[in-house]
Amino acid sequence: MPPDFSGKYDHTKDCQPFWSGYLCNRKIPTVYAMPLIQPLGRLTLAFLEIIGRLSIFASTAISHCFRPPFYPRLILKQMIEVGYYSLPVVGLTAIFTGMVLALQSYTGFARFSAESAIPNVVIVSITRELGPVLAGLMVAGRVGAAMAAEIGTMRVTEQIDALYTLATNPFKYLIAPRVIAGVLTLPILVLVADTIGVFGGYLVAVHKLGFNPATYLKNTLDFMEAIDVISGLVKAAAFGFIITLMGCYHGFNSKGGAQGVGSATTNAVVSASILILTFNYLITELFFSR
Amino acid sequence: MTSTMTSQTSQKNNQQNAQENPPVKIRIRGLNKAFGPKVVLDGLDLDIHEGKSLVVIGGSGTGKSVLLKCILGLLKPDSGSIEIDGQEIVGLGNDAMEVVRQKFGMLFQYAALFDSLTIWENVAFGLMQAHGMSKSDAYTIAMEKLALVGLGERFAGKFPAELSTGMRKRVGLARAIATSPDVLFFDEPTTGLDPVMGDVIDQLIVQSVQGLGATALTISHDMDSARRISDRIAMLYDGKIAWVGNTPDLDTTDNPYIHQFINGLLEGPIQFRLTGTDRATG
Repeated sequence: MPPDFSGKYDHTKDCQPFWSGYLCNRKIPTVYAMPLIQPLGRLTLAFLEIIGRLSIFASTAISHCFRPPFYPRLILKQMIEVGYYSLPVVGLTAIFTGMVLALQSYTGFARFSAESAIPNVVIVSITRELGPVLAGLMVAGRVGAAMAAEIGTMRVTEQIDALYTLATNPFKYLIAPRVIAGVLTLPILVLVADTIGVFGGYLVAVHKLGFNPATYLKNTLDFMEAIDVISGLVKAAAFGFIITLMGCYHGFNSKGGAQGVGSATTNAVVSASILILTFNYLITELFFSR
Repeated sequence: MTSTMTSQTSQKNNQQNAQENPPVKIRIRGLNKAFGPKVVLDGLDLDIHEGKSLVVIGGSGTGKSVLLKCILGLLKPDSGSIEIDGQEIVGLGNDAMEVVRQKFGMLFQYAALFDSLTIWENVAFGLMQAHGMSKSDAYTIAMEKLALVGLGERFAGKFPAELSTGMRKRVGLARAIATSPDVLFFDEPTTGLDPVMGDVIDQLIVQSVQGLGATALTISHDMDSARRISDRIAMLYDGKIAWVGNTPDLDTTDNPYIHQFINGLLEGPIQFRLTGTDRATG
């Protein structure tokens, strides 16, 4: 006979006393559980629940981006936080990526006497993929984590409840300015990263590999296509949305004090990074699949 | 002549009744809230009269904060009714709830000041954001409110992290009263304060509530503080109001819950939850 799970459950009658509480017998005994299907079902339900919560959060955040009141000063502040303060880390990542790209391409292409393709490889790789993805991952680590920590701390110290009691919607005051700033700033940041990355490739090609500077620049410009840059900027805007949304979502839903804020920060960075890589593929497919 | 006297007497009686039993500002009926199997509020009924200060007392984990959050619209009750000035707020949309909240002022247990804003910006926040007041006007009012809680202009530019717990509570109180709300809520106002500072905060609460003519709801388990700031006291136990009455009646009532709680007795109808069950069984 399987146990009866209907109605209220009286632990004092049915469960075994343990320490200051009871060991609950309500869990389905293994003999009645299908050992593989049950955890799989539980995981699926949990996953769908997260997707549902995230979708509601995202749609609420988006709707508040277009509804007044707007907070231009907060948007500007967040743009400086996301863009200006991320410039050093994104710039350094871009320049070294461009330099390595030129060096590695040379090592490979020299075998086939195809060194002249190096400007092409550098510009296409940087603008299409490495610029937006690396900038996105760097900003996810820096900004996404900071947003999750800040909003998470506000949640556990009741500052978000205080916003509600002061008749201010936290979605308008906290979430929308961050999301708008992320979507607007990441493309600018990626444009800068693209330029610095190409410059990195130029430095190595000209000063180490002996390329003629004028020829290298001419080849770079000849190979550069608008669609490559545009696809990179579209990716950047999408990544900006993902990073800020994940930071805000995990911060907003954090629980349980310092540990909860820590988990929110980790989850924000991990989920943003995974989503960046996933959406990078999807957007590439959208632009370049034949 | 006799009829004039009768009319005057009746008018006087009406005024007296109105003073003793002013209209209900917040009416709560059959309020239920559970978190999974844990029932926190179980058909709770409570009236809070206009201009009166009611303190809800009760042990830790009895649902005082949940009750407050339900009234503030921060938690959605499972069922029941909460009326404020006759308006039902359970099930109200976000925008409508924002309008209702403009009547509220709230002092949180740990003040919940915004870290990134200065003291005066914290106090002026509701004035600027919800009431659309200009920065200079909001600054003037913020300074007045800070002066009311005993904090001078030199604190205006500081950040919350630079203040002591007692000072932060005072700033929280200034923020709560800044918009001159109809209803003031206080969540454990004296928690974490030394007795002297607790007394100071209580006096400021009484002054603020009386000064504004506001209705006040406080949740607390500090009996000294509850006696100082309340006109009426309600005791919450097992998801229901176990006793409600005027503050002076607290010492004369024969209610066993009140008797056990205010005397801190182990014996009595209140069962402490040492067994990990979902509900106290007293």
